[in-house]
Amino acid sequence: MKILVQEEAFDFGAEAQAFASGHTDMGAIVTFTGVVRDLPGDPLDRMEIEHYPGMTEKALTKIAEEAQSRWNLGDVLVIHRHGTLRPGDMIMMVATAAPHRVDAFAAAEFLMDYLKSRAPFWKQEFTADGGAWVAAKDEDEDALNRW
Amino acid sequence: MKLDVLYFAWVRERIGLPKEKVETSAATVAELVEELKAREERYEAAFADLSALRVAIDQELTEFDAALDGAREVAFFPPMTGG
Repeated sequence: MKILVQEEAFDFGAEAQAFASGHTDMGAIVTFTGVVRDLPGDPLDRMEIEHYPGMTEKALTKIAEEAQSRWNLGDVLVIHRHGTLRPGDMIMMVATAAPHRVDAFAAAEFLMDYLKSRAPFWKQEFTADGGAWVAAKDEDEDALNRW
Repeated sequence: MKLDVLYFAWVRERIGLPKEKVETSAATVAELVEELKAREERYEAAFADLSALRVAIDQELTEFDAALDGAREVAFFPPMTGG
């Protein structure tokens, strides 16, 4: 398991390649990457991501451990950035390795659902009008109920 | 009991600081919130709607009725928006 919380950009290709290499018993590798999306009609200058150092790492580790207990996984990778990001920048990635794809896909979705509303990150979007905190969506909380 | 109390996102902005030491005899998070609200208007504003807030004790999410017994660090913040 590898959990990284960092301000600097990560190399998605290199991370995915390294994660996928070196196993002979993992038939499926799933990766997901979250990207800062521009706002239609209200151009986004930047996004500032605040987090809770210490708790963030613990929460992500707990979520990854929960995924490993629910599915047959060989490995889990979570990278999440904080600080200033611009439209098109990669915010985070998760990767799962499993003998079979059903487990790899399900675990990746579980990781995404949980780290959206259980990992202590807060996004603030800055446009020409100034900054606005991104509100949590009911559907993000509802998404946890399916697991 | 002396606690480190942390605030994040708009809770930090409303209260005007990220962290402070609080001397308290509150038994629960809810009692601590009442003590803070009684201090000044900015705390009252930040804690006006507890349903819009989340709390962690020693970096673990918990509920507002949780006991503070043995706690070192309490953090208040809005619902998280990671991913």
